[in-house]
Amino acid sequence: MSEVAILMDHVYKKFRKGETYNSLRDLLPAVTGKMFRGELNQSDKREFWALQDLSFEVRQGDAFGIIGRNGAGKSTLLKILSRIMKPTKGRMVVNGRLSALIEVTAGFHQDLTGRENIFLHGTILGMSKREIQSKLDQIIAFSGIEEFIDTPVKRYSSGMYARLGFSIAAHVDPEVLIVDEVLSVGDYVFQQRCMDRIHSIIEAGTTVLFVSHNLKAVTEVCKRAMLLERGKVLAIDETGVVVRKYLKEGVPSVVSQKNEPAYISKVAVRDRAGEQSTFESGQTCWVDVEVVARKAIDKLAVVIWFQDETQYIIFHTSTERLGFAPFSLQPGGTYRCTFELNLNIAHGTFQLITEIYRYDIQKSYDRYYPVTTIFVGSTTAVGGAVNCFPRLIESGTFASSGQPCEV
Amino acid sequence: MNNELKELYRYRELLYAITYRDIKVRYKQSVMGFLWAVLMPLMIVISGVVVRYAYALASGKPLSSQDIASVAVKSVPWAFLVSSIRFACNSLTNNYSLVTKINFPKEIFPIAAVLACFFDFFVASVALTIVLIVSKIGWSAYLVWTPMLILTIVLLVTGIGMFVSAASLFLRDVKYIVEILLTFGIFFTPVFYEIRMFGAKGKWLLLNPVSPILDGLSACVVRHQAPLLSWLGYSFGVALVTFLAGFVFFKHLEPGFAESI
Repeated sequence: MSEVAILMDHVYKKFRKGETYNSLRDLLPAVTGKMFRGELNQSDKREFWALQDLSFEVRQGDAFGIIGRNGAGKSTLLKILSRIMKPTKGRMVVNGRLSALIEVTAGFHQDLTGRENIFLHGTILGMSKREIQSKLDQIIAFSGIEEFIDTPVKRYSSGMYARLGFSIAAHVDPEVLIVDEVLSVGDYVFQQRCMDRIHSIIEAGTTVLFVSHNLKAVTEVCKRAMLLERGKVLAIDETGVVVRKYLKEGVPSVVSQKNEPAYISKVAVRDRAGEQSTFESGQTCWVDVEVVARKAIDKLAVVIWFQDETQYIIFHTSTERLGFAPFSLQPGGTYRCTFELNLNIAHGTFQLITEIYRYDIQKSYDRYYPVTTIFVGSTTAVGGAVNCFPRLIESGTFASSGQPCEV
Repeated sequence: MNNELKELYRYRELLYAITYRDIKVRYKQSVMGFLWAVLMPLMIVISGVVVRYAYALASGKPLSSQDIASVAVKSVPWAFLVSSIRFACNSLTNNYSLVTKINFPKEIFPIAAVLACFFDFFVASVALTIVLIVSKIGWSAYLVWTPMLILTIVLLVTGIGMFVSAASLFLRDVKYIVEILLTFGIFFTPVFYEIRMFGAKGKWLLLNPVSPILDGLSACVVRHQAPLLSWLGYSFGVALVTFLAGFVFFKHLEPGFAESI
């Protein structure tokens, strides 16, 4: 099981920015003009490299994560892997049938029914007719739209549409599977079902390439991961290490209004050892906030909160709510406070946001957004927002009479 | 090229599926149903009959039923040629999301477009055959040439289809140029008229590779003669070269499809 499934060897991809000539009407004058000026073979200055010197390999049966900010080159990489685009330079090897959970509804035709689309899209994804026939019931059951399977898909809701697409793609049984941000599909229950399906695909020994902004999902699914930044590989390592690096490199935009009468000059999140961006569930952390005033200002409080990837606020507190009186500052004056927090948070990635707020007139002076992103590690035994540190006290199966079964 | 043809063969089920989709979608939810396949050839036949009637009036010779049969026999494949080139030309842009997202041999789209139009052609041909039998046109051993003639036109049209579909992806106005050529092409092809009306100058018209095919069909179905064999050989040669060149051209441009749309 240690055969190489995917090999990328010094792969480069070049794109051209801006307008290209896409009609004869524009092309002919442009080319003749260039010919007269004798610059036909001059290289275009508007080129840029979407991928540069990309090398990695994934062994058969491994789950490999790819993370990186928008524009890091993830989609380009996937398009090269699925052979939709050719690399400008470099070598790529993919062993085995490759299927991609990207744009899972690309092959649908509006006027055909769900059932007809299963056959059409299944064939597009590389399944034979007989294969589809044998998996038809499974696919329909997974999508959960048995009732509407003989309705043209143009009458489907967008959720039903996407669910059917995912169901087909998830039943292709490829040797290499590319998963790109599919978790944005459907409601929470369906997303859970998708994750379960991906887990079982991995358990079945399929090589999986998992691309997501959802760091929690990446750490759950993949052992190893790669961090991309502007088309270059920043790190290839264990997923935890790569995620930590990603969070450290990338405190993205910090919007602090330096023209407000008071502003947040410093925020730090630390444990006993110093500033950190990754914590274990249940650990204690300290948040230091420093506020500086430009003008004299009264009755301030410091507010902090955590929110998850969906912008849902999972925790919220402030100096005033914790019983401290509002503070006032003279011009140039500084205020410091430290919050002690017990991170009873389950596994995930959370943003910390701080704000200067005046409660009596409900005015916000400065918001530090996001201060930092912290990553909370935990066992996969718990999920959701909080960690209630569960223990299983009792477990057993019972016959219908209510008596415990004899083993 | 051998490998590419093999890959196309491996994806034949997909070719059938896309063809089936194209046919199904066209016939679904249309009141006319199968009449669609007959409507366009019928319009061409009627126009042809009107034109031939004008000839007959001008020349003083009466319009014979054989003339009308000849127009009909040539109009049906012409309708096939026009619709399949038009449909193939737009096949890649119409399947935008598949072209940019999923990897498989993309020549499936223009080929499926031709096949779907061939289905229409088949339906129209059946209708025409019934009409010809009822009108007692008769038959001869020369009918064995028809499959060869039809194969030639299919090869030619598929080649052109691959060529223009790939080109129209990179140059938007190719579509309009194709449209103009298809609209006025009928005047340079013996659909309404016959080669022999031009006497010795007829050979210039036969340089159009479609002319020997249509004239051949008229010869072996209506006039009970052999087609002009040397000219038919010329047409077949052009069709084969067009098909192979179209395929190579298409395969050459294919890697850039996803980036250019």
